Amino acid sequence: MNSATTTTTETQTAACIECGGELQFRRSPRLGQVVMCSGCGVELEVVSTSPLALELAPEVEEDWGE
Amino acid sequence: MTTRVSIVGANGYSGGELLRLLLAHSETELACATSRSMAGQPLHRAHPNLRGHVDLMFSDPEELTPCDVLFLCLPHGVAATEIERFLDLAPLVIDLSADFRLRDPETYARWYRAEHPAPGRLGEAVYGLAEVSRASLRGARLISGVGCNATAMNLALLPLARAGLIDRVIADLKVGSSESGASSSESSHHPIRSRAVRTYSTSGHRHCAEVHQALGEMRLDATVTAIEMVRGVLCTAHVDPVERVTERELWRLFRDAYECEPFVRIVRDRSGLHRLPDPRVVAGSNHADVGFAVDQESGRIIALCAIDNLMKGAAGSAVQSMNLALGFDERAGLEFPGLHPA
Repeated sequence: MNSATTTTTETQTAACIECGGELQFRRSPRLGQVVMCSGCGVELEVVSTSPLALELAPEVEEDWGE
Repeated sequence: MTTRVSIVGANGYSGGELLRLLLAHSETELACATSRSMAGQPLHRAHPNLRGHVDLMFSDPEELTPCDVLFLCLPHGVAATEIERFLDLAPLVIDLSADFRLRDPETYARWYRAEHPAPGRLGEAVYGLAEVSRASLRGARLISGVGCNATAMNLALLPLARAGLIDRVIADLKVGSSESGASSSESSHHPIRSRAVRTYSTSGHRHCAEVHQALGEMRLDATVTAIEMVRGVLCTAHVDPVERVTERELWRLFRDAYECEPFVRIVRDRSGLHRLPDPRVVAGSNHADVGFAVDQESGRIIALCAIDNLMKGAAGSAVQSMNLALGFDERAGLEFPGLHPA
């Protein structure tokens, strides 16, 4: 899923696809890199660097109901 | 110059929490703590955690002298009968009971099944929940405490109510044993209370009145269940919205409502153990943790709030209100982050 991105000379930012919070990349994002949103704690995977695109990273679900 | 504070009815749990907070508060000095049943005994007899922190003895309520702030921790219905005397003793009175929470005498009579003893004072009292009445608390003369269950519901629902999103709410509340106070009863007898999962109020809980007053009239029902917990309330509010929303939109609403609030934290993590509000995490603190989710099938919003009933649901909000009323730092005396594990 694409996310809105902006780039400054030092930092590239993107909006978290979960909560809309700002993610900052101090170095150029790498394909497959997993980053965590400090707002909602979701882990996001970089699936494209140009344009920058993020997807929810796979996560372990909690299920005590079985 | 320090602010001299006194507490009436200081032997109960809310009084004990006030003592703990005010003894560590940078702006206050404890003048007097009354208890009719424990007059002449050291405060640590009722509150063993305060041993070594204070030399005062409990006083008889008749020995009260003028002070700067008077906190009332009396059973419901008592403060209102003596409010004129208390207002004569201090320029700021903060009543933690339910006596001055509702502004309208008829509403009070409907929910508390009694005529209010001092209806003329109801309009003057400011509801002591900073998140809904911060501006009115500044310079207030009479402040009411908050209902603990009401606070959990109010803070879970406030962003949704402000956005006009609520069609109907069913709030499920899970509560700890300290909600029923320091006096023992049949329901607090250990073989009955221990390991309880006992629903004691299915609908019509009095604290709903505080939600209607704070957030506006809405279709609201609350069910309250006593669980194995000493401190804490968890409100899980199931909201039928007037229109479908996404979780991302809820993020925006909750951030707009709470990002400037010093004690409300949004807890909605995707990973880890602590993904949603949990009352154990806020035990002993003035934090209110709020969270949310959307049922993708039905569109139902699940809004949550966890508080410590004795803190954000009672003494903590009272001290926060005092800080605002007197122009202190709103966080003063309330910075404790809680214990983990608790």
